Amino acid sequence: MPKMLWNIIRNLLSPPATIRYPHVRPEPVPGLRGRISFDTDRCDQCQDCERICPSAAIKVVPEEKRIEYDPFRCIYCHLCVENCMQKAIIAEDVVRPPEYEKVKEVFE
Amino acid sequence: MSENKTKKFTVFPFGPQHPVLPEPLQLKFTVDEERIVEVVPNLGYVHRGIERACELNDYRRNIYLCERICGICNFMHAMSYCETIEKITDAEVPDRARYLRTVWAELSRLQSHLLWLGLFADGMGFESLFMQLWRDREIVLELTEKTAGHRIHLSTCAIGGVRKDMDEKLIAAYRSGLSGLRRKMDAVAPVFRNDRSVKAKTEGKGILPKSRAVHLGAVGPTIRGSGVSQDMRTLGYEAYGELDFTPITYDSEDVYARTQVRLDEVYQSIDLINRALDQMPDGPILSKSTMFPDGTAINRIEQPRGEVFYYVVGNGTIHLERVRIRTPTLPNIPPLLEMLIGHEVADIPPIVLSIDPCISCTERITYVNKEAA
Repeated sequence: MPKMLWNIIRNLLSPPATIRYPHVRPEPVPGLRGRISFDTDRCDQCQDCERICPSAAIKVVPEEKRIEYDPFRCIYCHLCVENCMQKAIIAEDVVRPPEYEKVKEVFE
Repeated sequence: MSENKTKKFTVFPFGPQHPVLPEPLQLKFTVDEERIVEVVPNLGYVHRGIERACELNDYRRNIYLCERICGICNFMHAMSYCETIEKITDAEVPDRARYLRTVWAELSRLQSHLLWLGLFADGMGFESLFMQLWRDREIVLELTEKTAGHRIHLSTCAIGGVRKDMDEKLIAAYRSGLSGLRRKMDAVAPVFRNDRSVKAKTEGKGILPKSRAVHLGAVGPTIRGSGVSQDMRTLGYEAYGELDFTPITYDSEDVYARTQVRLDEVYQSIDLINRALDQMPDGPILSKSTMFPDGTAINRIEQPRGEVFYYVVGNGTIHLERVRIRTPTLPNIPPLLEMLIGHEVADIPPIVLSIDPCISCTERITYVNKEAA
């Protein structure tokens, strides 16, 4: 009984284990593998990202200097970010929110 | 069986959609009033064709595909695949990478066992214990997130080593997080060990005698709960050979024994991680291989559920000829069927959960019944 009382008092005074998501968002950890975007000014169309992508989510069209990126195929492994020689792939510390339509992103 | 034919039995399905078992496995139970007479499993609801996809893919991309065979054991699948490929290429894993792999493999085991203990408590109807265990599991998930940026998928394994390193700050976070987890487990463990209602649901249920466990080829905590000291970590892969590892076994051969094995393995994993962090040498974490996989290799490692088996045939090109993966739930299904016979319907959830079934890992083959077709 005293142990139970102690538990009740402790639980009453301690903050909840959960957070009120989406009103309160957790602090992103350093190195979070979030969404990516492409800086076409830096990109030299070498297609390394396209070759290395495990889920074939990136397609580079060198003739038109265009990058097609499918966020719904992407597994967010950040291999492309690590391997881009020009540092043209920007990693953000934000997780992509759910969307209604599966649309490819085009960077020109 | 001749006696059974004269009696009138009831047949009812358990799954593929069932609140206790969120995995698509169907078990057809033939019951004599409350007593189970016969169990027939029915698999094939989540066949994903991963082995074929592995053969069509670039072998380096397969790491991430194999990782997705199972969410819980994701790192171990990637590690096992990389180890198999390393056997048929000239990649040599640096010492520090071996230790890092061991640390992350044990971290995966921790989260898997905590998840299972919670699900098992939920299966018994012990909701508060389930919530407490899953709250404690957050510590492990936060450590995973700090390591690699995702809560579940580490994606840190690579052929010839690992992709990420651990700095002093992260090692300190591991030590403090795991000591906190140990304190929290100390509060929960007595419930599993001594609580009257937990014991009533587990003791003497789902008996798998030692000889039958060996005969039917059980693996992992299922066979260790029957008193057989079978653990692939004793092979000494990665850094296990240097960590003074001995398997945990229990002799009571029932659901209680399997629960205790997993509970003790939580503590053992914490100890192994701490020991690996103490002994981890400095140095490089990745070595490049200069050749494509050529030859045949097999690999066995110990996952939270038991032994996983990888068989890879390479032909010196970027594609593999054959990839065969056997996950631990498959050899644990025949022992499960034997465990259930003679028990009552109310005992089904704890007994089925006691093998920690992971059906989407298991679905490798599709069986076509020609006669029925």
